[in-house]
Amino acid sequence: MERRYLLGNEAIAHACLEAGVDFVCGYPGTPSSEVIDTLRTQPDRSYYLEWSVNEKVALENALAAAWCGVRALCTMKHVGLNVAADPLMTSAYTGVTGGLVIMSADDPFAHSSQNEQDTRCYAHFARVPCFDPASVQEAHDMIPKAFALSEEFGLPVLFRPTTRICHSKGDVELGEIVKSSRRGDFHKDPRQYVVIPAHTRILHRKLNEKQPALKKRLVELGFNRYEIRGKTAIIASGIGASYVEELLPAGISFMKIAAYPIDEDWLAEFVQKHDKVLVIEELAPEVEEIVRQVAGNVPVFGKKNGYAPYEGELSPSAVAAIMEKAGFPVKTPLSANPPVPDVPARPPILCAGCLHRSAFYAIKKVYKDAVYPSDIGCYTLGLQLGAVDTTICMGASITVASGIAHSGEPRDVICTIGDSTFLHTGIQGLLNAVYNGANMTVVILDNRITAMTGHQPNPNTGANACGVESPPVSLDAICRACGASFVETIDPYDVTGMVNLLQEAKKRSGVKVIIAKQMCVIMARRSGVRRGKYRVDTEACTGCGTCVRFGCPAIEFVDEKARINELCNGCAVCADLCPFGAIVREGKK
Amino acid sequence: MSESFDILIVGIGGQGTILASNILGEACLIENRHVRGAETHGMAQRGGSVESHIRVGGEHGPLIPPGQADLLISFDLLEALRYSHYLKQGGKMVVNRRMVLPTSVFTQKVALPSEEAIIAALGKYHLCLLDADTMATEAGSPLSQNVVMLGAAAGAMPLKPESLLEAVKRLVPKKTVEINARAFEAGRAFGGQC
Repeated sequence: MERRYLLGNEAIAHACLEAGVDFVCGYPGTPSSEVIDTLRTQPDRSYYLEWSVNEKVALENALAAAWCGVRALCTMKHVGLNVAADPLMTSAYTGVTGGLVIMSADDPFAHSSQNEQDTRCYAHFARVPCFDPASVQEAHDMIPKAFALSEEFGLPVLFRPTTRICHSKGDVELGEIVKSSRRGDFHKDPRQYVVIPAHTRILHRKLNEKQPALKKRLVELGFNRYEIRGKTAIIASGIGASYVEELLPAGISFMKIAAYPIDEDWLAEFVQKHDKVLVIEELAPEVEEIVRQVAGNVPVFGKKNGYAPYEGELSPSAVAAIMEKAGFPVKTPLSANPPVPDVPARPPILCAGCLHRSAFYAIKKVYKDAVYPSDIGCYTLGLQLGAVDTTICMGASITVASGIAHSGEPRDVICTIGDSTFLHTGIQGLLNAVYNGANMTVVILDNRITAMTGHQPNPNTGANACGVESPPVSLDAICRACGASFVETIDPYDVTGMVNLLQEAKKRSGVKVIIAKQMCVIMARRSGVRRGKYRVDTEACTGCGTCVRFGCPAIEFVDEKARINELCNGCAVCADLCPFGAIVREGKK
Repeated sequence: MSESFDILIVGIGGQGTILASNILGEACLIENRHVRGAETHGMAQRGGSVESHIRVGGEHGPLIPPGQADLLISFDLLEALRYSHYLKQGGKMVVNRRMVLPTSVFTQKVALPSEEAIIAALGKYHLCLLDADTMATEAGSPLSQNVVMLGAAAGAMPLKPESLLEAVKRLVPKKTVEINARAFEAGRAFGGQC
């Protein structure tokens, strides 16, 4: 046994190796991405691995592999499970032969997400088991059990770590790695795999019949446990349980929930032994609702009577506040230290030399009074540049643009979408917009990689997840095949060229596509591109502020003059923008 | 509340806070101690304010509550002010004197407190202020400033300097071991006088 200090996602990846995983796929999304990023860089891989183009595609691939009897892992973030919801719901009916673990990482507080939905609700909805770890070690320990449970009950298993598990670290006891040894073998059985009405009605009944035994097995597995210490009790789930354990004084009973569905009889026995029960869990009141069902006359404190919030993430301070409000003492009261007021915010910002900034600059220059739908990616930060009016979910820039265009809104509509997002769920929107005759412009911000989640390759990159060369897809050909009337590719560092193209697009009707293609500046630096830095000729600089308004973190304004700091990546766009030619390459006069 | 020794490392995405926290975690392993940590990943790393929590001896959750940190290590003066409420009374603060100006200061003309005002505001804590960039450059590479910072804070941690140095050597790129070892010792010499 080895002990290592690991990120939650690294520990989860290692546990998959210990479980002898055979098939790995998923779509990147914070906070889930490092599981596959860890597995794809393992030496001597004996398992199949891919980054799929979206979560639905990933889950269907993993499900099919599990039908063939191999152990499959499919990873995504919580909102990715919406994309994969269609196969998820029916995979519970068809079941699996090999273990299928679907990791859907939740993001309470929406650190890097568009909402705070709770994967446990999907598990409840689909009637599949769900594991909700309270620590990095527990996340690790659950994985082999999740594969075994999936095989025992023939059901996919949802594994739901949150940001504070995925991106937490701890000293973790690891087990031995087991080489993948299974080979797929598909046993034809139309009654299981062809869900026509006559089959699916029976499959639905079988799914429901699995539930009682499943609940009993989860009690036996011991991830749900309790200790009776007094007449009052706290029931907590997920990472919330770790915070409670830190604050819990002697004399209060404690129940920890980490696996669903919960066995009601087991729960009722505990609740009925107490005079008062407080439920602490992040997001949806999944545990609380069942506690209320079995509580009888025992008073229950939780979200439903205002003692705990429905939204946001828990923390030791938040848990202490809930405990105090519900009349439970904490071991040591936390000091209420308010932050220093009015410290200037430091939000994330597009990198110096990012192609998105110059593309947005050109868009705003040509389409001054327009509506700017956008999408999910680094470029959502274009909000700071006034170039993002909407973001809802993956692929929804093009569809929102066509909806606005068809609504009668008189302004021009120009939307932005990244290459990975376009390939994820953007193509259908483009096809639909062309088919239905929308008047709009689409700018594909093509940086050749899935940048925001940590630079995972996609079909546009030229290599797959394992580093094997693959032919880069032609975005131009896809857009032309969808029937777009105007498709042009430009390097957005060439602001003048891009402005000219946008003006040309603006004159035309129909769906126009401009592919703004330039490598992500982080990837460029990693691959050795050195463009040389720029500097301000202080004699020529008039302090007009044109370059500062461009919003590049490499450009400062000190003593009424612009100044370029060491973050400069040499994209030279600011040199192009300066009306006085005051920005020049270092080393040149 | 907890028996852990709680260290908060703060800075700006890209400054090497994650490597610094990994070094502390590795040092805990070397000393056979439990450790918990939490950090910022994803888009927030793009030049944004970032934090790493490290709880030496921690066995529960990874988050340090405000008012509980024993030690704050800040790679930037403004970030030290932003997170100063995490420090407990009598806690120690090791701060890089440099301040990266947030872009909003130029684009939206957001008012920025002066260096003197920030240092005055931090005066109520046990403050160790250093010029980590210069010290790192002298050690051989400005990239080693995170290790300089750890060196300067080493005396305030319940970890042996030898364990920290061994962790540095294990985790930094092979080619930079000597530079980082020098950076650690330079920081440690400075921190000893704070």
